[in-house]
Amino acid sequence: MKFGFLPIYLRDMRRFFRFKHQLLSSFLQPILWLAFFGMAMAGNFDRILSSNSVIPGVLEVSYLTFMCAGIIGATILFTNMYGGFSLMFDKNWGILREIMASPLPRRDLIIGIASAAITKSWIQSAIILIFGIILGVTFFIGMSPLRTFISVIGFFLFVAAFATAFLCISLTLALRMDSPEGFQGISTLLTMPLFFLSNSLYPLEGLPPLMGTIALVNPLTHLITGIRYCTIGEHFSSIGMEVIYSSTEVLFSFLYLVIFSIVMFVITLKTVEKVEVS
Amino acid sequence: MPQDKSVILKVEHLSHSYGEVHAVRDISFSVKKGDIFSFLGPNGAGKSTAINVLITLLPLQKGEVVVAGYNLRTEREQVRRSIGIVFQEITLDRDMTVSETLEFHGDIYGLDRNLCRTRTQELLELVKLEDKVSAYIKELSGGMKRRLEIARGLMTRPKLLFLDEPTIGLDPQTRRKTWEYLKSVNAEGTSIFLTTHYMDEADELSDQIAIIDNGKIITSGTPDSLKNSLGEDIIYIETSDNLAAEKILLTIPGVKKVQSSESRIVLLSGTDGTHLLPRIIETLTGHEISVQAVNLKKPNMDDVFIHYTGRELRE
Ligand SMILES: Nc1ncnc2c1ncn2[C@@H]1O[C@H](COP(=O)(O)OP(=O)(O)OP(=O)(O)O)[C@@H](O)[C@H]1O
Ligand SMILES: [Mg+2]
Repeated sequence: MKFGFLPIYLRDMRRFFRFKHQLLSSFLQPILWLAFFGMAMAGNFDRILSSNSVIPGVLEVSYLTFMCAGIIGATILFTNMYGGFSLMFDKNWGILREIMASPLPRRDLIIGIASAAITKSWIQSAIILIFGIILGVTFFIGMSPLRTFISVIGFFLFVAAFATAFLCISLTLALRMDSPEGFQGISTLLTMPLFFLSNSLYPLEGLPPLMGTIALVNPLTHLITGIRYCTIGEHFSSIGMEVIYSSTEVLFSFLYLVIFSIVMFVITLKTVEKVEVS
Repeated sequence: MPQDKSVILKVEHLSHSYGEVHAVRDISFSVKKGDIFSFLGPNGAGKSTAINVLITLLPLQKGEVVVAGYNLRTEREQVRRSIGIVFQEITLDRDMTVSETLEFHGDIYGLDRNLCRTRTQELLELVKLEDKVSAYIKELSGGMKRRLEIARGLMTRPKLLFLDEPTIGLDPQTRRKTWEYLKSVNAEGTSIFLTTHYMDEADELSDQIAIIDNGKIITSGTPDSLKNSLGEDIIYIETSDNLAAEKILLTIPGVKKVQSSESRIVLLSGTDGTHLLPRIIETLTGHEISVQAVNLKKPNMDDVFIHYTGRELRE
């Protein structure tokens, strides 16, 4: 059974498309963020900084463009952090018992859920990206079609690594906890600081030193770095601050996410192997 | 352990504890190929714990078990492939349809898709759910869900089907129907291990019954042998002096066992009770003990249970 994870993957995807309200809100939420918060903030920043914000010779992007990458990152974080919720449901009231008593390897269970999570994250991020561009986000400016294509692939790879890591964290939580309330509480507690201690809404350069240092180990920062590098470029400025990403820096971010996701995957696998559903 | 081809399940010295709680204590038994074997016991007896160890959901802590020819300790994957399971609690996804439920099950067992489809059809016919193929689970009644779970347990044509309290919470009519499905499944060659706390269920279905209480097997045998071990008939007598009557009764030929309390005497008769009863009354009257009430009945599983555990089945 080479593709043993496939039934798990297909079931998850079917559920994703079956619950229309959930599906709609998972797209609408980030879009509303972008539309309201993004547009409002962008308007304000642009007014405050109108005169001296432009650095000559550097690609200048609007705050909306800058922030769109952050909203994509945050959305992927939120979605996957809560992604284990259905496993908790399956564990307490559903078919995890059936799965655990079957010959399906535990590894395939995790791979199935994770690959569905990656697919969902891709769909979500693509939709925000397209909607952002409609709203006036200037992604892929000055890139050749080939470069754009490669950038999109890179973008998806970053999203995949990050989604896997946080989905696995969420699965581990779901397997160890018994109450949905507890699960939700912990997830919220984890996501809030991750969101604000990152470069999602502002460049790291503007953060107080301690916050800046914490943000550097925050995986969300590395995801958003990757997204900005792929969608905007290696050198640009926004709201009066200059951003330069070297390719080693971006490669480091990617490896950071890949290693992080592998570690989380292994921890999740160990947790699944120990869990008793009876 | 030497392998016996006619045995589908062999359990030796199985024990299982949750920390300090000793749920299963040193039980041994075996199930013959083609048989229906029941664990009969009250709530908390350790039935689910035992079954969950046997189906690999709980680790095998102590004991040796061979399921369908595979060692439960070392060949867990093969064991999983050889068995079908119906859990005590409903284990279905409310938001899947009936056919999706069965196909998903086939998929995680690596069943060929076409085979999966034909079996889905066959099994839904067997459990009379063929008109519900595309209904969602949440639209099914409790009895339908149970039947679907039985069908699911049979998708992979298991050699041995485990059922944990298969008819719990079902109305009498549906219970009867479910028994019929189980019998026809068994007739087609699937051995069955089930747990129940219903006497009538164990009696009706089983080739062999083990009575389990406090994690131990108290006695086992065929339903008839268990009932016969209590004698032909049970006679309840109320007299003016139960204690004195007990001694006298024991001297009457055909009386197997006498248990007296202040309110009544329970007598197990080794011969036909209808003929024994007049003699009993005659003898007691001869000893100037007046008989105030008598009742006679054939022993049923309830009596068996009370006899062996010394108490009524807690429900
Ligand atoms: N997960 C668990 N952790 C701790 N103790 C448990 C656990 N599951 C069962 N027990 C205990 O083990 C004993 C046997 O329980 P078990 O569920 O096996 O009984 P049962 O015969 O299936 O009962 P029922 O008819 O109510 O289903 C009980 O004392 C129960 O409290
Ligand atoms: Mg039970």
